[in-house]
Amino acid sequence: MSGIGKARITWSSISRSYGIYIALFAMIILSSVINPNFFSAENISNVTRQISVTTILAFGETILIICGLLDLSCGSVLALAGLLSVISYKATGSMAVAFAVAIGVALFCNYLNAMMVALLNAPAFIATLAMQTMARGCALLLTKGQDVYQIGNYTKVGQGSIGFIPIPLLFLVGLFLATWYILNNTRFGRALYAVGGNQEAAKASGINVRGTKVTAFMVNGLFVGIAGVLFMSRVNAGLPNGAINYEFQGLTSSIIGGTSFTGGVGTAGGTVVGSFIVGFLNNILNLANVNSYLQQIVRGAIIALAVIYDIWTKNRRTRSLVRGMAAK
Amino acid sequence: MDSYKLQVLHISKSFPGVLALDDISLNAQKGSVLVLCGENGAGKSTLMKIINGVYQPDKGEILIDGKKVHVRSPVHARKFGISMIFQELNDVPEMTVEESLFCGRLPTKAGRVDWKTVRRRTVELLERENLPYSPTMRMKDLSVSDIQMLEILKAISIDASIIIMDEPTSAIAQREVDRLFSKIAELKARGTCIIYISHKMDEIFRIADDIAILRDGKVVESRPRNELDIDKVISLMVGRKLESNFPKRKVELGEEALRVEKLTAPGVFKEISFSVRAGEIVGFAGLMGAGRTEVMRAIFGLDRFVSGDISVRGKHVRISSVKDSKAAKIAMLSEDRRRYGLISVRSVRENVSLSNLRQFIYRGRLHGSKEMKFVSDICARLNVKTPSLSTAVEALSGGNQQKVVLGKWMLSEPDVLIMDEPTRGIDVGAKYEIYKLMGDLAAEKRALIMVSSELPELIGMCDRIYVMCKGEISGELARDEFTQEAIMRLAMGFEKLTREAS
Repeated sequence: MSGIGKARITWSSISRSYGIYIALFAMIILSSVINPNFFSAENISNVTRQISVTTILAFGETILIICGLLDLSCGSVLALAGLLSVISYKATGSMAVAFAVAIGVALFCNYLNAMMVALLNAPAFIATLAMQTMARGCALLLTKGQDVYQIGNYTKVGQGSIGFIPIPLLFLVGLFLATWYILNNTRFGRALYAVGGNQEAAKASGINVRGTKVTAFMVNGLFVGIAGVLFMSRVNAGLPNGAINYEFQGLTSSIIGGTSFTGGVGTAGGTVVGSFIVGFLNNILNLANVNSYLQQIVRGAIIALAVIYDIWTKNRRTRSLVRGMAAK
Repeated sequence: MDSYKLQVLHISKSFPGVLALDDISLNAQKGSVLVLCGENGAGKSTLMKIINGVYQPDKGEILIDGKKVHVRSPVHARKFGISMIFQELNDVPEMTVEESLFCGRLPTKAGRVDWKTVRRRTVELLERENLPYSPTMRMKDLSVSDIQMLEILKAISIDASIIIMDEPTSAIAQREVDRLFSKIAELKARGTCIIYISHKMDEIFRIADDIAILRDGKVVESRPRNELDIDKVISLMVGRKLESNFPKRKVELGEEALRVEKLTAPGVFKEISFSVRAGEIVGFAGLMGAGRTEVMRAIFGLDRFVSGDISVRGKHVRISSVKDSKAAKIAMLSEDRRRYGLISVRSVRENVSLSNLRQFIYRGRLHGSKEMKFVSDICARLNVKTPSLSTAVEALSGGNQQKVVLGKWMLSEPDVLIMDEPTRGIDVGAKYEIYKLMGDLAAEKRALIMVSSELPELIGMCDRIYVMCKGEISGELARDEFTQEAIMRLAMGFEKLTREAS
């Protein structure tokens, strides 16, 4: 072998790169066979609406995990941002104000996250756990734990359609493209992978490690804010207790989509597919009338399998590398 | 011959690709100090780890009191009365003195730790050895020398008859060295056999009864101290033949590219002044821990320095981060490429372009095809062997990984390129390619700094060599003054010692 060759295409390389897409495809076929209603336009559009909020959260998580961080606060921050957005909409009647408030609140919370992590060197796990509790507390304090109803046209964003396309799907596609563009076509994207892959080496290459982490949290904040509006308008109320555990649904989609918790690895496409796998799984389990407690067990098992698969492929890669070097 | 306490007979040990020890035989007597000396990588530590049971030898045997033993692990080594005090002391900061002394062998009573006995025996030991510590002091409040004393105490408490010390004075002050040496004299009088690893000439001749010199995994000489002198020991340590096949090119030197004046970081390095001209390859020699890497990291903006000036092409520059040094056109190849050089999970392409992405950005968008063109040009020039540019760098061999890091910095067109151990851990063919490339870069009027622990390559490639010792520059040698002996004397601080004495 001399110089740069072509990558050899092998089964293992295909399954590593496209395994997740193959899994989704197999799942759609299997589900259609189990229940003919599955592949109807109505059902698919329904699933899309259901997963849009957690998928948007998953994009933020993917960006953070690639950079070696994570966000446990996004569910609570979403509730706080969404709630304040609903209240300000009721006061002004302007959807623009509603979006601005939601995004502003989420950005502020994530700015605090970023400061704790990048400036005070707190582990992201602890910092965002603290924010999770604080943001939820704020939301409950604000309405004394009461839900806010009669939100009028606010619901159009989450429940309406343009033609036959649900509006949440448009947001989902838009933010998918944004994530994809950031990760593939910007300096910031490359910096995310570098910082998550090897922070010391990134620093020694002249990457602004602190700035990259702060920016990652701010992008996450933008996504969480948008998700906040979509969530509240879909549930037709301002719920201070809404979106509990959504951070874990976002993390689940991201990890099933191949984002590596050790950092430096992950894609926007993988995350979308991971999210659809989770969404379709829930949907088919419901259509098949599977006991909801049993559903939880199945979901947990799938996360475990995804992580085991990730570690297994990594080990196999390392072993074959060692063997290759020993042979030389 | 059965009067020897410890005998090592015909021991060989190899690691993948290296023969670390080659038919080593040594004898050590009861109540005496055997000093082992040799350059970095001569095999001293490997040998000691075999005696202590960390590694198993491929061939050969160990005899204690004339009886063959098989040491399976460091814990097992205690049974034979072998105790090792490591260069890097492994202490748990939150542990107390008594916990540390009995760590791993706490006495128990009915399944519970018998703290009363621990306390009683600790106090006894401390009193007997005349050490001023309380059993409840925490390790984090003790100095390195105190911890070393406790390690010795630990060895005494298990009745060790053979104590191995790996460069025990590398981290302690002169006053504390005296304390250590008087303890060693005490132990000797009690009949303990001590094996002492060091390459500091003054202390070797102060405490040794016998001296064994290792080089390239072989014992080249083993004699009583009075049959050797310092010059003899140095020449035996370095006596490797120089390979003559270095692709050194004759380059017309240009203006001064880098000048460093009185760079100081207290406790790390002091008043470092040197200069490098365009087209020049300047070497930095020294033993491990002499502060060479630290100086380079400071110049590159990775570590802080307290005082001193750096000028590039006659212009003073302020450097406090890699961003600054990049702007000043300084680049640095780290000694530890896995830790500081590569994002292992990412592709060759991403790694090469990482620090120069700005030149591929148009209106915020990364121009992929332009990036690919530059990266593949660099990889072709450096002859990087990789299945494709999208292969993760972790899949490449050491030599090719090093070329990727080099490619990253070549892309930034540096005026000053610092290379810290550029050929460490790579095969001969790749080494030669890197030497050749260094010649080419010098011919392009770049200034090169090469930090290396391999004297032959420094002598083969450099125009001038600075030698560092204990955080200071102890000498500067021109090409016609290069000899391994001269460098070694400066590196060990021996030259300076005699100069001060006379």
